[in-house]
Amino acid sequence: MSSIEFRKELFADERDDTLKEIGKPTIRQDILGHVTGRTPFYDDHQFDGMLHMRAVRSPHHHAEIRSIDTSAAEGMPGVRRVATARDVPNNLNTLLSLINFGRDDEPLCAHDKVRYMGETVAWVIADTERQARDACAVVRVDYNVLPHVLDAEEAIAPNAPVVNDIYPNNTFDYHEKYDHQKLRFGDVNAAFATADHIVEAEYQMSPIEQAPIETCGAIAAPETNDRYVCHTNTQALFFSLGTTAKLLDTASSRLHFIGGTAGGGFGGKVDSIVEPTAVLGAMLTGKPVRFAWDREEEMQVGAPRGGERWRIKDGVMGDGRIVAREFTGFFDSGAYMRLSPYAIIKGTGHLPGPYSIPNVASNVYCCVTNRTPATAMRGFGITGVDFAIECHMDRVAEAVGMHPVELRILNAYRDGDMKAHRRLAKNTALIECCQVAADKAGWAISPDAAAQSSKAGGGTPARAAIPETVTDEDGRIGERRTGRVPSTSPATQGSGRMAAGTMKKSPVSGAPVQNPDMQIDADRIGHKMGATPVDKPSTPAAPVPATAIPPSPTPPPAAPIPPAPPSPPAAAAPTLSSPTPSPEPQPYQPDKPFSRGLKRPGTSRFTSGFRRR
Amino acid sequence: MTLHKGRGFACINYPIGMNLGGDPSQALVHSTPDGKFMVALSSIDLGQGMKSVTRQIASETLGVPVEDVYVDTADSDTGPHCMGSFASRGTHRVGNAVIRAAAEARKQMMEAAAEELEVNASDLDTDGQGNIHVKGAPSRSISIAETAIAAQFKQGRTLSGRGIFLVPPSDADAETGEMTPVTCFAHAALVIDLEVDDETGEVEVKEINSAYEVGRALNPKLVEQQLIGGAWMGVSHALYETTEPFYPQRDHRPVDFNAYLMPGPGETVPHNIAVLERPAEDAPYGGKGPGEMCANPVLPAIANAVYNAVGVRIDALPITPEKVLKGIRANGGARPQGMPG
Amino acid sequence: MAKTPVTFMLNDAETGVFVDPGANLNEVLRRNAGDLTTKHGCGQGTCGACTVLINGVPHLSCLTLAETVEGKRIDTTAGLAGGPELHPLQTAFMEGFAAQCGFCTAGMLMAAKALLDQTPNPTRDEVIEAISGNLCRCTGYEPIVDAILTAAARMQQRAV
Repeated sequence: MSSIEFRKELFADERDDTLKEIGKPTIRQDILGHVTGRTPFYDDHQFDGMLHMRAVRSPHHHAEIRSIDTSAAEGMPGVRRVATARDVPNNLNTLLSLINFGRDDEPLCAHDKVRYMGETVAWVIADTERQARDACAVVRVDYNVLPHVLDAEEAIAPNAPVVNDIYPNNTFDYHEKYDHQKLRFGDVNAAFATADHIVEAEYQMSPIEQAPIETCGAIAAPETNDRYVCHTNTQALFFSLGTTAKLLDTASSRLHFIGGTAGGGFGGKVDSIVEPTAVLGAMLTGKPVRFAWDREEEMQVGAPRGGERWRIKDGVMGDGRIVAREFTGFFDSGAYMRLSPYAIIKGTGHLPGPYSIPNVASNVYCCVTNRTPATAMRGFGITGVDFAIECHMDRVAEAVGMHPVELRILNAYRDGDMKAHRRLAKNTALIECCQVAADKAGWAISPDAAAQSSKAGGGTPARAAIPETVTDEDGRIGERRTGRVPSTSPATQGSGRMAAGTMKKSPVSGAPVQNPDMQIDADRIGHKMGATPVDKPSTPAAPVPATAIPPSPTPPPAAPIPPAPPSPPAAAAPTLSSPTPSPEPQPYQPDKPFSRGLKRPGTSRFTSGFRRR
Repeated sequence: MTLHKGRGFACINYPIGMNLGGDPSQALVHSTPDGKFMVALSSIDLGQGMKSVTRQIASETLGVPVEDVYVDTADSDTGPHCMGSFASRGTHRVGNAVIRAAAEARKQMMEAAAEELEVNASDLDTDGQGNIHVKGAPSRSISIAETAIAAQFKQGRTLSGRGIFLVPPSDADAETGEMTPVTCFAHAALVIDLEVDDETGEVEVKEINSAYEVGRALNPKLVEQQLIGGAWMGVSHALYETTEPFYPQRDHRPVDFNAYLMPGPGETVPHNIAVLERPAEDAPYGGKGPGEMCANPVLPAIANAVYNAVGVRIDALPITPEKVLKGIRANGGARPQGMPG
Repeated sequence: MAKTPVTFMLNDAETGVFVDPGANLNEVLRRNAGDLTTKHGCGQGTCGACTVLINGVPHLSCLTLAETVEGKRIDTTAGLAGGPELHPLQTAFMEGFAAQCGFCTAGMLMAAKALLDQTPNPTRDEVIEAISGNLCRCTGYEPIVDAILTAAARMQQRAV
């Protein structure tokens, strides 16, 4: 049996805990629909005369399409239409073109060649799903099989087959300059030279299926106003709408997307493939068309969490301080880019993990292979490298003979520390999480580790500084293919130095720039932005008044920081077996709220205010 | 055969939202004539509770009971633009947009009430139960329903609001990777206790003790749902799941749930959770969105615990019995590392 | 293609449909009989989202030939609530936060109902076994098991 407790005493001075609805275990708005089976999922929008669309898929990893013969399929019972790449008005897209990121590299339907096993080469639209399947089986495709590459590092070797001419080096081109995304902070090699220990290892993340119980699907139909409605379980309604408009070369105003409720997603319903396909089917037939992946397609054609390989090299002092950390990362993007190059930037901003390390360097590659394209999944861009970092932390702990929890607390980032992406850390809480988790497991840590705080000890001049940084221009686009860049790891010999303290971009912090009329009343956001940091949280601190935004009632004073006795609040059930959150007595009754009050003299029923007695 | 006990630790932080494309979301709020509020979004509820958490955010900001607010996430014709539910952006971005929309609607509502009560709007407050009253004088009040009726039929005023949340886009620097990638971070730390069978290579996770820092638990039960289910998924990722068992080769690819393995209801792990709440200043009521990060610490903590139990480092996921056994054999037998620390 | 007439009791309503040869019960319920509460998750008999009761016994409707249910009684989640009042299982799932995306819920409820109809006071292990053919990707199962046990306890109390 599991349990949950809310450690309200931690960071209590930074919260306004007098809110009325926030923090309540209110029952889900959608739950009645779920338990009665009436929640409308996309497939519950059935149309009379709805047709069924299925895809013909490549059996090869990599092959040239010589010809496609659809004549036999067209003659099969129930078949209304066979479609191929020729029927897609604008058959090239990349998902993030909607935010001007990357080049269009992926067709909705392959035409010149297939680049992964399972890629779409044609579709059949028929009266029943079974008829569509039967007809798909008789579409004849003449393939010329090409050499393929399945491993991310092999793909960037000089002699590897080119998967897609749009990225002729089998890598995403970062900033139109490099074949990888760089992170450079300080001088890792100088630090390695002074470190007591060097710890190196390689980690491999496996491709993983999102596996929502509802597979990806969409039902599209012509509407009466010369538009098309599309019922979809996309995770990103306007992504899917915009992608459909672009691929089908139609005004987005002619598309009416209905969704908002998905039977699980976990990242697997972002790619916007079923929506343009179903709308295309509706456009070609003038009828409602359903296009949905079966479970096999969901598992092997639908994009998984990609394979990732990470190599980490740490320089560690005898006392456990990590003074340098270097990453070399390879994302297996599969045949098309989709979201992988973006995830690499997200991952690069995440390095070196939640630690304050004065010298960090990383090279991360987005590699094109003949695999099913990878895409988002819960923790995208982070899960794989967190696996690598945290396994590596244990290796470091072993190398220096330290308690694994104490090693993390020693190196943890704290408020005010400069991070490797050149922004100051704030609002950190790693140390407290370590202390509480160890305490819950009954795993003793030293009094010194137990006394540490995310709010103290960070932001010292040394920890807040951007160090002088070694730079290099290795790995320019195309160089690697000629064999001129033998190493994938960050350079051992830098070619330049960037002065300490250098920031190129204005740091964006705190409340973002918005149109002034979109700013909100500061007293309605539930936390105390102006709260003075508490220096020594292990001593019972006096209540710190919020300087900028005084909350109406004074909050309880900050309690001592761990270990503290578990104190689940009354509102949160400590175990799952007592499921009913007891609602507070509420005089207000939504079904009959309007009977009280006095009518002001001389005003009509609809124009007066009613005052309560 | 011997069962070896092992203990492993991992801690992580997790970026909430992504600033790289600016990543906006919008919300619209309007009242019905009887003072109920509708929130129109084009954001997606895929089980994480988008409809529910934005409903609580809207009701808190408006100052009305949660029962008087409904959230519609369904329709691109009525819901304003949203990038989608991914990258832990839902609660953060959409929640912020809803706060702004609801704050604007509240302002209209208070001004309408002020006109009816013949006071200044700044002197009014809501009681959270459907009424607006003069601060310090609870008897001078008007119900929100009557306020809405007056606004609609007498004052010619809508009780509505528009909200958008946009963070300035931040690209990464080509040379240094300098960027403002996200707006805040959630945190977690986790201890795994498990047993490894040195004859079969099987790993059985016995207990999880964890601490998750989520900014603010906007709805504690929704947070609990994410943390329990997310840690289950972490165990599943660590020990079972892959679409490519012999990656990078593509042989023996699973195509159904008989071959694509996940732990079932008989293999759940007792999980003792502590939730910490350090509000992020630009997050809605400080809430950071726990849905994505909750699986992440489980994977390395299990790998570390397996090493602790039998002295085998499995650096390639998933940690299958085959890999564990091969490692034990390569070492000439299990090498328990003893209680760590 | 010749269609076969099939009649059955669907949640107390006499129902007759014409089905294609080889059609499975899942698509017939959803497309012909208009009962959309029964979900389609895999079509392979591996996820349990399509679970219905046939003469009180849980079956995977996606693996059941529609023609074989002639004259039988079929229960789905659409008939679980007795009129406006929810079944205790439904109430327990709601209050216990035993669903997230909700896609597996209808099948879970049917598997749970079959258990409680036969075993009103089940052990935790019996609950686990009863839903072991139903996959959930969101909850980690524990809230579902707890909710079924809660419902059983409440039904027992009510019966006393």
